[in-house]
Amino acid sequence: MSQKRILLCAGTGCISSGALKARDALIEELNKRNMANDFLIVGSGCHGFCEQGPIFIVYPEETFYCGVQPEDAAELVEEHLVNGRIVDRLLFKDPISGVRVRNHREIGFYAKQMRKVLGNCGVIDPENIDEYISAKGYEGLKKALLMEKTAIIEEVKSSGLRGRGGAGFSTGMKWDFTYKAKGEKKYIVCNADEGDPGAFMDRSVLEGDPHAVIEGMLIAAYAINADEGYVYVRAEYPLAISRLRIAIKQALEYGFLGENILGSGFSFDLKIKEGAGAFVCGEETALLASIEGERGMPRPRPPFPANSGLWGKPTCLNNVETLANVPLILREGAQAYAAIGTERSKGTKVFALTGKINNTGLAEVPMGMTMREIIFDIGGGVKDNREFKAVQIGGPSGGCLPAEQLDLPVDYDSLAVAGAIMGSGGLVVMDEKTCMVDLARFFLTFTQNESCGKCIPCREGTKRMLEILERITEGKGEEDDLDTLQDLAIAIKDSSLCGLGQTAPNPVLSTLRYFMDEYKEHILEGKCRAGSCTNLITYYVFADNCIGCGVCKKVCPVDAISGERKVLHEIDTALCIKCGACIEKCKFDAIKTR
Amino acid sequence: MSKVSITINGRAVQVDSGTTILEAAKAAGIDIPTFCHDPELTKAGACRICVVEVAGARNLPASCTTPVAEGMVIETESQRVINSRKTVLKLIWANHPQDCLVCEKTGSCRLQDYSYRYDITGSTYKGERKEIEFDDTNPFFFRDLNKCILCGKCIRKCHEVNGAGAIDFTFRGFDTKVTTAFDVPIEESSCVFCGMCVDICPVGALTPKQGLRQGRSFEVDRVLTTCAYCGCGCTFYLKVSNDKIIGVSPNFEGSLDGHMCVKGRFGWDYIDNDNRLKTPMIKKDGEFVEATWDEALTLVANKFKEVGAQYGADALAGLSSARATNEENYLFQKLFRSLGTNNVDHCARL
Repeated sequence: MSQKRILLCAGTGCISSGALKARDALIEELNKRNMANDFLIVGSGCHGFCEQGPIFIVYPEETFYCGVQPEDAAELVEEHLVNGRIVDRLLFKDPISGVRVRNHREIGFYAKQMRKVLGNCGVIDPENIDEYISAKGYEGLKKALLMEKTAIIEEVKSSGLRGRGGAGFSTGMKWDFTYKAKGEKKYIVCNADEGDPGAFMDRSVLEGDPHAVIEGMLIAAYAINADEGYVYVRAEYPLAISRLRIAIKQALEYGFLGENILGSGFSFDLKIKEGAGAFVCGEETALLASIEGERGMPRPRPPFPANSGLWGKPTCLNNVETLANVPLILREGAQAYAAIGTERSKGTKVFALTGKINNTGLAEVPMGMTMREIIFDIGGGVKDNREFKAVQIGGPSGGCLPAEQLDLPVDYDSLAVAGAIMGSGGLVVMDEKTCMVDLARFFLTFTQNESCGKCIPCREGTKRMLEILERITEGKGEEDDLDTLQDLAIAIKDSSLCGLGQTAPNPVLSTLRYFMDEYKEHILEGKCRAGSCTNLITYYVFADNCIGCGVCKKVCPVDAISGERKVLHEIDTALCIKCGACIEKCKFDAIKTR
Repeated sequence: MSKVSITINGRAVQVDSGTTILEAAKAAGIDIPTFCHDPELTKAGACRICVVEVAGARNLPASCTTPVAEGMVIETESQRVINSRKTVLKLIWANHPQDCLVCEKTGSCRLQDYSYRYDITGSTYKGERKEIEFDDTNPFFFRDLNKCILCGKCIRKCHEVNGAGAIDFTFRGFDTKVTTAFDVPIEESSCVFCGMCVDICPVGALTPKQGLRQGRSFEVDRVLTTCAYCGCGCTFYLKVSNDKIIGVSPNFEGSLDGHMCVKGRFGWDYIDNDNRLKTPMIKKDGEFVEATWDEALTLVANKFKEVGAQYGADALAGLSSARATNEENYLFQKLFRSLGTNNVDHCARL
């Protein structure tokens, strides 16, 4: 008898919310009933809808269950697998209509997406090469091996593919430079040192579809005449590394890697290099230094890696998502690929939706979709029905865009004009409770900690910018601080050695551009409208809402709250340390800040 | 080599392709400030004081690492460049002791020179300063990492020229500093105390212990000489003040590009040492007493003859010194062979 397939998301997000425990409980339940052989339970890559994890899909009807816990196993088996009745309470509930949805395609989060790069993620078993092959895997490579090298490069050029790691440089051009560079020995390197806070698309692609990246690297290597490659992946991605290892082993066994690949005469050796978690190693020259065993510090360009890269040899560096696009382009053709997107930004882009957004997760959309569609239609809007305030796009190198920019088409060039960058695709959504000065301070703390220390503008300059921002958020800002911030930002952008320093001031510049009022309020009025800068706020009990339950009094760690039961409570602001414990515990929204 | 035509500060010049903007400017007589650049070392592009404006470029590229290109239009002192250099200087000053009055480097400090050039009196940026313990644990030089501007020249010299690889950058961001492996005292590291790092430090982070407070760079005479320690023939300058040698500084124009070892760099203090032998000494009745060269050489010659006659010439052996020149060593072996023996050796072989 044929087995029914049950797919569970085995991405890092769902595993952390208990997917493997739920799987084990399900297997135990099936064993109890002697039904284990009737079902094939497959762990897939990330489905993207991390907010709703752990996710299980029962085939062939494709019932989409969310938040499945071990204690749900018995009911799931009894009701669905035995009696064929859908367990309603585990279905996704539309937050607006309240309607339960059976098939994930009907969920807003998925309906507007265009899953090309993530096409296999959440569908195939990433640890089984046969599943990749049956999903047209390695067909792009087979096609490429029959083509002229220049024709492959031309194909990638005309697809319009641009680097998905941040800067958006034409991938085909990069290949062309490396192809034309003089040298017998050439390398291809996959940059999987994903480091932007909140970004996890490269991790998900590696976890969910590692063969796509390998295939992309093979095509690139063949086109540029490289016989050796590295995947530089951060050690904090153990699952991605383990799946990549399995994938490399299987690809070797199947003859997709190694000597004389598919009888073409082309040989390619692929290695994994684990990074130690330095953000700056995402910068290509620092990454190469790190592979060579040097301290991860950027080197001046020129010479560009295409001419003098790894150990001085011509080297092509591409990001994970970029490479995962390549098999698609070869398989479906540049023309089909270029049909998606805008004039100068082709194809799709994967975004990591995080922050104050309802549907935290990964979404892939065609280039040019508006920010509004991504955040509201796919992301489900702002959490707790709060008002949208801003979105940080492109991580610490990117910019912060306000509500006025929500209808901006998301493509490389429009974002640049608006003062942000595509970056690797991190989208952090903020509501009215986020202070924009504090946000800039957060990103500067990050870049200052991660500055490699090599060049003076970045090492010393971001430190001084950070100190100014700290002073402003502590209510100690001075009027000329804003000019100093602006001047420093421009000098650092102008003269830093690498991309990290050249973009580090962006979060400050963009918040100064769109939220100058908030900066001024902090400095001139000692006010933080978001109520998040603790030095600038006081806690008080909102008399209308307080019922005197005493919960706040109990939870206060410094005994700053007093009041008899059923009588209005009071906060002694001299004692209050503004830890927020009372706000969190109060069920009646009776504690507020001003 | 092919030539390219470029324009620097409005002047059209022709330079070899492949040269950097910095080199091209120098050839055209235009001085661009540098901290981290050293023609002998890998190009770092770290300090950013040498940035210039290139028409059409988005940022200000570092002139020390950027090669010229045909038709390039370069401004080395535009307002944008000056603003950027001033910011770099102010950022350095915000994290640098302001003790030029007593600093040994005064007079030969690039930070001072460029602050003078760009009229920087200090820093407008308030905030944290690094506080790293002053290191005087080795006999040869002080390390004041609070004065270090992290140009990295010492590191590159140590790795690329000496080969000792004793120091490198550690930590990140504001906490970055130059340390030995695991931050052990420099004496316990693989440092061989060649002192070349001290010689190229552009500020007062590395200063020799010898000659402390005995004269600023502009107060001493420099006398070119050749090192007497070995046959390499390194030339260097003796720094002389009040008829006393107070230090040694490299001769970058010499045949060895200013390279030195611990002996030549720091081992010269025997010159005025009271224990130094100035005449030959002959042991008489168990005590060494001063003698003339004639007495000493006659004694040695007689002993050679006696031993040779009694035990045969191979009972004699000569051991010469690496401090002697090649010519002297040649004559030395000649002498011993004329005495009838081939027993000749040299300390450098041991």
